Amino acid sequence: MSDAITTDTADKTAPTSVPQDTARRDASSIALQGLHKRFGRDTVALAGVDLDIRPGEFFTLLGPSGCGKTTLLRILAGLEEADKGQLAIGGRDITEVPPHQRSVNTVFQSYALFPHLSVRDNLAFGLKMRGLPVGERNARVAKIAAFIQLGDLIDRRVDQLSGGQRQRIALARALVCEPDVLLLDEPLSALDAGLRSQLQVELLRVQKRLGMTFVFVTHDQQEAMVMSDRIAVLNGGLIQQVGPPREVYEHPVNAFVARFMGHDNLFPVIARNGETLTTPLGELHVANPGDGALLLIRPETLDLLPGDVEGVNHLPARVIERLYRGSHAEYRLAIAGTTLQATLNNRGRHLPEVDERVTVAVAADDLVTLAE
Amino acid sequence: MADAGTLPTARSRAMVREARHLLLTVAPGATWIVIFLVLPSAYLMGVAFMSTGPYGLPEMPLSLESFRRLAGFGFLGWSPGNLYTLLRSLVQTLVATALVVVIAYPIAYYIATSRARWRPIMLLAVVVPSWTNQVIRTFGWMNLLAPGTPLSQLAEGLGLIAPNMGLYPSNFAVTLGLVYNFLPFMVLPLYAAFEKLDTAQVEAARDLYASPLRAFRHAVFPQTLPGLLAGIVLVAIPAFGMYVIPELLGGGKGMMLGNLVANQFAGAANWPLGASGAILMLIATFIGLYAMRRIGRRLGGGEEVVI
Repeated sequence: MSDAITTDTADKTAPTSVPQDTARRDASSIALQGLHKRFGRDTVALAGVDLDIRPGEFFTLLGPSGCGKTTLLRILAGLEEADKGQLAIGGRDITEVPPHQRSVNTVFQSYALFPHLSVRDNLAFGLKMRGLPVGERNARVAKIAAFIQLGDLIDRRVDQLSGGQRQRIALARALVCEPDVLLLDEPLSALDAGLRSQLQVELLRVQKRLGMTFVFVTHDQQEAMVMSDRIAVLNGGLIQQVGPPREVYEHPVNAFVARFMGHDNLFPVIARNGETLTTPLGELHVANPGDGALLLIRPETLDLLPGDVEGVNHLPARVIERLYRGSHAEYRLAIAGTTLQATLNNRGRHLPEVDERVTVAVAADDLVTLAE
Repeated sequence: MADAGTLPTARSRAMVREARHLLLTVAPGATWIVIFLVLPSAYLMGVAFMSTGPYGLPEMPLSLESFRRLAGFGFLGWSPGNLYTLLRSLVQTLVATALVVVIAYPIAYYIATSRARWRPIMLLAVVVPSWTNQVIRTFGWMNLLAPGTPLSQLAEGLGLIAPNMGLYPSNFAVTLGLVYNFLPFMVLPLYAAFEKLDTAQVEAARDLYASPLRAFRHAVFPQTLPGLLAGIVLVAIPAFGMYVIPELLGGGKGMMLGNLVANQFAGAANWPLGASGAILMLIATFIGLYAMRRIGRRLGGGEEVVI
């Protein structure tokens, strides 16, 4: 599947409502080449990262803590200097350009709002530093405050705001500068679940409306899939895979990406004969077997038939555990001395009970192999 | 037993209890302040408005003579000596405080941004000298700055002072002594202010198009202002009334108000004059504190600076 890394089957409709001028589009592409960064003697944050981010893209850097995603973002902002490698935005090399001369703004994880300034002065900070006249400054601040629907908070102090409001002010403070690229460092991680999913949608709409390039850092694969045009999965300072959410989720290139995207059903391929692979579960027919050493079975592709049913890719199993979740049920199945996870949509049909004997059925098209 | 007919209600019992609590908690401190601050100050004020007796002690009748003397009017007409002493005290205080601020800012910033385990050690290094008696430390400076010492010879070689004069006694030695003595009192509050500051805010300022200098001016400085003002109060007020350092390092031409006042209670013996000098210092200090409050409000962007 390695050749699939760079293909871009756009599974998200591109924004059509916002016309973009081409100058803006060109100015906001990002090219990273061979970026290396280490802290101290033996902490490697980035071990050679190459990446191209397209203009107007919602691009997510996804990975566990310590994978280098935040370091990469900080290098883009200019807050950290790469030991080696090149960084260009809009075709212009900015490897050596200090942060205050880059047309890049950041939404910090802690928001980093200035507590000694009012909301208005926080929003105006970047414009003031760039030397915009007061009149234009005020007009743009008023406009952005209305845009994020926080116009009535404009004269408050920052410490009088709720977490969600602070988040939006932090976003607006960066957006009002109209940078070529907006960087977001886990901007939603400090919020509770409900507010978080609400702001995810809001953030996505803002990005589509402005057509600005967003580079978004998160460790939450669900968040990454909801928001992104493309995702880069990082581990150990290296990019593991780049692609649209569906591709990364359905065709992970290796075991790390698969596990990080939430997959548990990974089985070693013991032997192969054409499209028939032998696994601990038994023999399975795989449509495009590739040469991966692991077989991935996504729980939602499985069907559970009551009793014993003969057929291709039909495996006898027993229900060990059933978690009923309303819209669907999650199963743990005993099968040939090992266990298998399955998810069954609740469409009013029979949901097998614990200890019930079932037959697991899976389509050859839904099975993929991947590297260790 | 007719008057005992009114039983104490729960409400009045609670009030009595509260009054007792208040008395028990406030009384010790209040007693201390009354005996050791309010009464002596009142006595001092009274003394300032009395006449001077044959041995310099205050006596009746009431008089404004001491304030006339303080303003420079003596038996031989007006002399500017006291006025110079006042001006010298003000200038020494301002210069020393300004130098302390300039030196303490980088030190406090450096400590606050160092690794957590080094910070207590560095703070200790700042504070440790003040564990030695101030008089002894000032004698140390006398030895370092006296004529013929390496520092004096260096200054001579550079043509900064006349031959064989030494760096002490001089106004410069007093400034140096004040800066050295009061540095910790500025470093500590500034450090506390820096420690509270989220370093991400500096990065946010840099990210929002602020050069390093402007990031300091617009993001760091306003947030360390409360610490700075607290430090100025801790440095400037004691420096203004300083006695030991000008006495030892200043010589005859380095006298400050503290020395003027002290002399009136000792050698020169004129208690009413000394008392009026103390009142002048008090007034100058209050004016300074008021000015600081105004400046703090204006620069602090709404943040109340507590003094």
